[in-house]
Amino acid sequence: MIDKIVSSVTEALADVPDGATILIGGFGPAGMPAELIDGLIAQGAKDLTIVNNNAGNGETGLAALLKARRVRKILCSFPRQVDSHIFDALYRAGEIELELVPQGNLAERIRAAGAGIGGFYTRTGYGTLLAEGKETRTIDGRGYVLEHPIRADYALIKAEAADRWGNLVFRKTARNFGPVMATAARCTVAQVNRIVELGELDPETIVTPGIYVKRIVHVPRAEAAAGRAVA
Amino acid sequence: MQRLNRDQMAARVARDIPEGACVNLGIGLPTLVANHLPKNREILLHSENGVLGMGPAPAAGEEDYDLINASKDPVTLLPGGAFFHHADSFAMMRGGHLDICVLGAFQVSVKGDLANWHTGAPDAIPAVGGAMDLAVGAKQVFVMMEHLTKRGQSKIVEHCTYPLTGVACVNRIYTDLAVIDVTSEGLRVLEMVPGMTIAELNRVTGIPLLYERESNYA
Repeated sequence: MIDKIVSSVTEALADVPDGATILIGGFGPAGMPAELIDGLIAQGAKDLTIVNNNAGNGETGLAALLKARRVRKILCSFPRQVDSHIFDALYRAGEIELELVPQGNLAERIRAAGAGIGGFYTRTGYGTLLAEGKETRTIDGRGYVLEHPIRADYALIKAEAADRWGNLVFRKTARNFGPVMATAARCTVAQVNRIVELGELDPETIVTPGIYVKRIVHVPRAEAAAGRAVA
Repeated sequence: MQRLNRDQMAARVARDIPEGACVNLGIGLPTLVANHLPKNREILLHSENGVLGMGPAPAAGEEDYDLINASKDPVTLLPGGAFFHHADSFAMMRGGHLDICVLGAFQVSVKGDLANWHTGAPDAIPAVGGAMDLAVGAKQVFVMMEHLTKRGQSKIVEHCTYPLTGVACVNRIYTDLAVIDVTSEGLRVLEMVPGMTIAELNRVTGIPLLYERESNYA
């Protein structure tokens, strides 16, 4: 019997090694797997490369992981925010490496990794600082830049509901990077608000088929909200 | 001379967004355009984080933080609206499916080069978000900005001195003083605010501008 449901965040993250590359879902707080990030901090893996749209907000979640000095390098599109002071301080002190990636390149490079694509040419960034040193090509009279896939060891994402095969549905804009990241990691871990019986998810509306998901952890929203309130 | 305020600029941009358009409004000044879209037109607003058919801010107490816009503020979904993941959202942008995007800017050049993501200052923390994708992807790129910096320098320039967001990507510029098209011949002034003269606009802009007959600007 296939059963991807694990009993705890601790169990889901037990084998994350030092030096791992980890995709973390979320666009700001929406879709951010806060409990999995807390679990990663508790687990202790260090020297991590993190891929997320942002570089942490406030003192919790990704910002707390950065503050705990577990992250060597971050790939993101928009680190600077009103409440990104933890990243800002580490960056200014030269204590974290930043690879700034236009948001569409971030999504597409992750998608490419998941789809077995070795690279792609895009017009995004052509003629800008972010294309410096990259191979370019003129296609139909327009300039394009070669971009490479972003493969990862783990993807930590948040979804609304899952079954034991790992099929996922999401909630509103909390979907964002989740379905793309799920395809691009050797081990995708999803925290979900609800676990449902096999067959209960409408097959026409499953967003992420279970083939992309290795582990499911049940984190009900009420518990998640209470956790945040305490933090 | 009657310089437009931010809401008047937004209303002016909104007038040029046609029925049925799919539009992305950038963070900051362009966000105001949403408040001025003509009520008798169906216009679909796209948000980079996976929404087409975005509605206005929710009533107080109705906020759902799983339903936010690119500025991470709570929004609503119109009937008929859709959610999708990030790669699909950026395929809409990069694949030329959006009719119009409206972006803020530090500078726009005569050739339509856009600089809006980074001042290049050594201690600045760079952040680009979806600006470079929108700049090259939307069918039409509108820039909305004050004509002059706080120090009175023109933001319309011969060559951008700030790092570029995109090369030759801007189609039209809306400022508090004028509406200007970027054409292969150069920058063509379509409108000026009441009381503005060709001589004065030339003086503050400091680079050559093209005009129609003077009577067109009355």
